[in-house]
Amino acid sequence: MMPAGAPAAPIAQGPVIPHFERASDCIRENGQFCFSWFVDNFDRVFVPRLVEHIWLTALAVGIGFILAFSAALLAHTVDRFETPFAIFAAFLYTIPSLAFFQLMVPITGLTVTSAEIALVSYTLLILFRNTLTGLREVPEDARLAARAMGLTKGQVLRRVELPLALPAIMAGIRIATVTTISLATVAAFIGVGGLGQPIFNAIQSGFKTQFVAAGLLAVALALVADALLVLLQRLLAPWMRARRA
Amino acid sequence: MKTFENAIEFLFDNTGLIWDKTVEHVWLSLASLAVAVVIAIPLGVWLGHRHRGSFIAINVSNVGRALPSLAVISIGLGLLGVGFTNVLVALVILAAPVMLTNAYVAVDQVDQDAVRAARAMGMTALQVLWRVELPLALPLIFAGIRTAAVYVVATAPLAALAGGGGLGDIIVNQPTYGPEGVVAGSLAIAALAFATEGVFALLQYAVTPRPLRRRTKESLLEPKVETAAA
Amino acid sequence: MNNSDSAHTSGPSATSDGAAAAVLAFHETTKVYPGRRTPAVSDLTLEVPAGKICVVIGPSGSGKTTAMQMVNRLITMTSGDVTIDGRSIGDLDETELRRGIGYVFQQIGLFPHMTTEDNIGTVPRLLGWKKERIRARAKELLDLVGLDPDDDLRRYPAEFSGGQRQRIGVARAMAADQPLMLMDEPFGAVDPLARDRLQDDFLRLHKEVPKTVVFVTHDIDEAIKMGHRIAILRDGELVQYDTPDNILAEPANDFVADFVGADRGLKRLNVWRLSDLELDSPPDEPGGPTATANTSLRDALSLMLVEGKERLVVVDEEGRPTGTVALEAITRLIGPDERAAAR
Repeated sequence: MMPAGAPAAPIAQGPVIPHFERASDCIRENGQFCFSWFVDNFDRVFVPRLVEHIWLTALAVGIGFILAFSAALLAHTVDRFETPFAIFAAFLYTIPSLAFFQLMVPITGLTVTSAEIALVSYTLLILFRNTLTGLREVPEDARLAARAMGLTKGQVLRRVELPLALPAIMAGIRIATVTTISLATVAAFIGVGGLGQPIFNAIQSGFKTQFVAAGLLAVALALVADALLVLLQRLLAPWMRARRA
Repeated sequence: MKTFENAIEFLFDNTGLIWDKTVEHVWLSLASLAVAVVIAIPLGVWLGHRHRGSFIAINVSNVGRALPSLAVISIGLGLLGVGFTNVLVALVILAAPVMLTNAYVAVDQVDQDAVRAARAMGMTALQVLWRVELPLALPLIFAGIRTAAVYVVATAPLAALAGGGGLGDIIVNQPTYGPEGVVAGSLAIAALAFATEGVFALLQYAVTPRPLRRRTKESLLEPKVETAAA
Repeated sequence: MNNSDSAHTSGPSATSDGAAAAVLAFHETTKVYPGRRTPAVSDLTLEVPAGKICVVIGPSGSGKTTAMQMVNRLITMTSGDVTIDGRSIGDLDETELRRGIGYVFQQIGLFPHMTTEDNIGTVPRLLGWKKERIRARAKELLDLVGLDPDDDLRRYPAEFSGGQRQRIGVARAMAADQPLMLMDEPFGAVDPLARDRLQDDFLRLHKEVPKTVVFVTHDIDEAIKMGHRIAILRDGELVQYDTPDNILAEPANDFVADFVGADRGLKRLNVWRLSDLELDSPPDEPGGPTATANTSLRDALSLMLVEGKERLVVVDEEGRPTGTVALEAITRLIGPDERAAAR
């Protein structure tokens, strides 16, 4: 059972069997999770992959946001644009991740580009939906007041509609980020690195601690990212927590 | 592009193989889905009916979404070893949260005026649940099942890494099936995912009470992607 | 007999330089919606003097909101014109026009994501005012509308009650010292007690800063209390345009008479105060019911009826008698012959 698409020569991510002489009992018996090994090898095995993973995610969410946000602004102005784009995004979203990555390989090769095309595609639906819904749910009386006070259409958008749509947009970014972190683990299948790499390698070699550790790290990364984004939202939208004294 | 042509050829040359793998895949997906339904739906419905446990019910899907499917499969692999059971457990863990949250929200947010009227008419709690809440909640519950179904079908290929079988076997086995095989398998799984989406969309439409159908029509076009709690 | 603006004692009307308030005029303004046979507003012609409050009132569907929304071009008129200080509103760019007109409506439309300061400062900011000037202006206005200029400056709308939010809405509409204000049932969404306070406070404010105001309402009592002039609309047409007292004294037709209510005589008493009457000489003996000079005639009448007396002593703030009033003087005021004498 070999991960297809992985380079023929093994990448030295970590020893298939750690230094046998110095290995603990835990390692020798291939226990579920050997903490000492994890701590010792954290820097060498996991940190580079973590960095790659963060980079893959950030790039995908960033590009996806630019595309989906622009599409949502367009749909906000030109109603008819909404359904075609939504169907398009839904179509992309339905393609299973592993398949999507593999389908990109013949076209753009075993590159980050292939991975990113797929990852960006998965973010489009949620970012588009949330941004558009957020804009639509801006209270009508605030919009009327803004028009009546003499704000131009652009000013109404920038100063009233977008800030009030921010919570919904942030919710979309949160979901997109967490989902992308999850999907990016699969991207390792086409050799672009990230936390999926140690998982694949370890499954291949049967080294439990490594893939358990990588899996846990991916989960932790998603939770941390989510929490950070919640904090960011609180910073950007302080009025959401205002209440009657 | 040559690879795509070869892939189509591969599909035609190996219909038997593709068919077998597809059946395996569908079987695995259905089994996982069924187990997850049995666990998640009754729990969600009950919590929603009692209007309890909202924090857990809503946030379980947030946590579930954060679980990288590959990670769950690999951790399961570590704990339960290779094989069908491990994969089943992993897929159930991935499918259940969405269904739980949807079931909870669906029943919790049934028009309370209708519930109150039913109560006032003398229905027992169980009757209210069965005759009023469930029929009204069914479309949304079903949307949750549909989302989970597509998710399971899409994630099952990863199961091949843990000996789960299915179409994933082809995709992860480039040495055996060649790049055209991999692409063929990918096309097949994508088609299967769309088919699943379609079948469940129709089912969702069928279980929607007739008066509510017009509103549901637009939302049927897209897979349900929930918005996060603020 | 004093002039007919007695509900509003003459203060500095600030119209001498013309800068603070504008003259608003409708010239055969008409609005016809496509596909409808009858116009929503038909040939409306009236002029609101600078610094006065004109209340536009009528039953639902009378076109009062439509008429008002044509002024700031939220609705485009089909024919006719509206001029501000003689200048047609069509001459100005839409957004420029609106920046010169304050607009308050029932749902207020405060921006939930902005502090009070930012809300009030919206139009000043559009006009390019400096930050310090905006802040000073916001504080000044908060004080003017009865809120705390320091504490409430940085709060968000969600932290205020409905009545308070209305006040912020009014402050926001005055922020750039616009010479014209449009108010569409602004006090409709609060309870009667709060509404009373809001009306009193707005009138007090208007005395200090007189702007030309168009005020739409469906409440005849509010119209009588607030308006220097009242315009009664019915099915898009202007039925009567006059001071509250004249309308109450001489309704133009049965519709108006019905609309103002069968108790219009008593309503007139609300418009006048004891200070508007010529008082008889102070009493020789002490005793009998007393009332201060700014008591409405209606309250004075009520007092005399309750006490069963036909004479009332008018006192100043210290309680010293300044004169007396006879029951007959009050009832004569709203009777038929007094009208001839007063005009």
